[in-house]
Amino acid sequence: MPVKLTVTGAAAVAHAMRQINPDVVAAYPITPQTPIVEYFASFVSDGIVDTVLVPVESEHSAMSALIGAAAAGARTMTATAANGLALMAEIVYIAASYRLPIVMPVANRALSGPINIHCDHSDAMLVRDSGWIQFFTENHQEAYDFTIMATKIAEKENVLLPVMVNLDGFITSHGVESFEMLDDEVVREFVGTWKPKYSLLDVEHPVTYGPLDLFDYYFEHHRQQEEAMKNAYKELPGVFEEFAKISGRKYDFLDLYKTEDAEHIMIVLNSTASTAKYVVDELREEGKKVGLVKPQVFTPFPKKEIQQVLNGRKSVVVLDRAMSFGKEAPLYSLIKSSLYEIASKPSLGSYIYGLGGRDVTPEMLRQAFEDALKGNLIADEQRYLGLRE
Amino acid sequence: MNNGWKDIPIGGVIDKPATARRYKTGEWRIQRPVIDREKCTNCMQCWLYCPDMAISGSLDGKRMKLGEFNMDYCKGCGVCAAVCPVSAIEMKPESEFI
Ligand code: SF4
Ligand code: SF4
Repeated sequence: MPVKLTVTGAAAVAHAMRQINPDVVAAYPITPQTPIVEYFASFVSDGIVDTVLVPVESEHSAMSALIGAAAAGARTMTATAANGLALMAEIVYIAASYRLPIVMPVANRALSGPINIHCDHSDAMLVRDSGWIQFFTENHQEAYDFTIMATKIAEKENVLLPVMVNLDGFITSHGVESFEMLDDEVVREFVGTWKPKYSLLDVEHPVTYGPLDLFDYYFEHHRQQEEAMKNAYKELPGVFEEFAKISGRKYDFLDLYKTEDAEHIMIVLNSTASTAKYVVDELREEGKKVGLVKPQVFTPFPKKEIQQVLNGRKSVVVLDRAMSFGKEAPLYSLIKSSLYEIASKPSLGSYIYGLGGRDVTPEMLRQAFEDALKGNLIADEQRYLGLRE
Repeated sequence: MNNGWKDIPIGGVIDKPATARRYKTGEWRIQRPVIDREKCTNCMQCWLYCPDMAISGSLDGKRMKLGEFNMDYCKGCGVCAAVCPVSAIEMKPESEFI
């Protein structure tokens, strides 16, 4: 029987990792990710999992250790945040291009500088082109569920890509909330055993990892990564379906909230969606036709689904918790380019919010909705919520 | 090897041993060694020093005998010509062989 646990998001994710029982976890502490690997380390020291825990001296080494372990055929996980992810970035790209299905929760945090340890999505956006599948999660339940589903999609034979599970630093990682934990056996059966395609330990079939690729095959290998992303896009609905069978929770590329008849739609990632849903409810009570779209899969980007849901709407406001200096905000630019091909284009607005952990209040989100309701949106203008002028 | 992206192992993995043989480094060459067999004393210095093992040799009784220069792997570095004590090897531009 599934049990309700009231714990931090970090503990929820650590429980997912415990149930997955990976062969190797490399751990390096960085705020606000630290409690994930701390909880997991206690599972290791208590003998609850039989994972080899590798305490490394940096995130660069954490990802490097996992690449070695994954190439040897192990199921591997770690977790990180912000500058840790930045330090790891070089190896993050290598993990994807070597096609190693590493799973990594990321407790989203602002990238320095100036120094800041609070939530925003600049870390996730730093590596958005690294070839990892990226999920975004609103709360403990989703962080837990997507960590389990991450293992499943990463290890599909026609995918073999690493996966990041983004959860908002402090808000989700440290906030205490109830979530439903599945039975250990149910999760174990769902993720199954990992049979690597290539293993350095398989002496019957010797392989070499990491040869020089140069102009001869680098291009072709990147084309393969693109194909793997396409396959991930095709395989994800099946994973959602299977997960629904064991949990009763049916996920999709997009979480749609009161969008059916909505004329004005807000798009936002992660925990802010909860506040946005509250604002949607308030505006609905006032008779305003508003709704919310929360992309849960960011890479592979669900362009077709975005097009379907936005076609024919009056207006769309996109909220980004990261900036892309001198260019349009990361999520906004993707949404905007998705709309290029649709028949009936909504008017668009780009809003930056919550950088460096700046509090996001219902009033701020209301402000963005009100711009939309008033028809006061300018597609080329980047606006700011909660910024002191 | 001239396989397209659908035909090669993923992740740059080399899934069989000794595939380096199929990697023809000779394609990089802009000059090639041309040997004058009349001058050659079969001292095997070129065979010993060739960094690409592009030169073959065989036993002729108790002595080694210089074999062929394999243009699939010779990348035209000119080491063989430089070490030959009797200047039996001349490096000639590839353009002469087109
Ligand atoms: S030119 Fe260089 S690679 Fe070619 S045979 Fe001579 S030593 Fe070997
Ligand atoms: S180094 Fe010169 S002399 Fe010696 S084997 Fe080679 S070509 Fe002949």
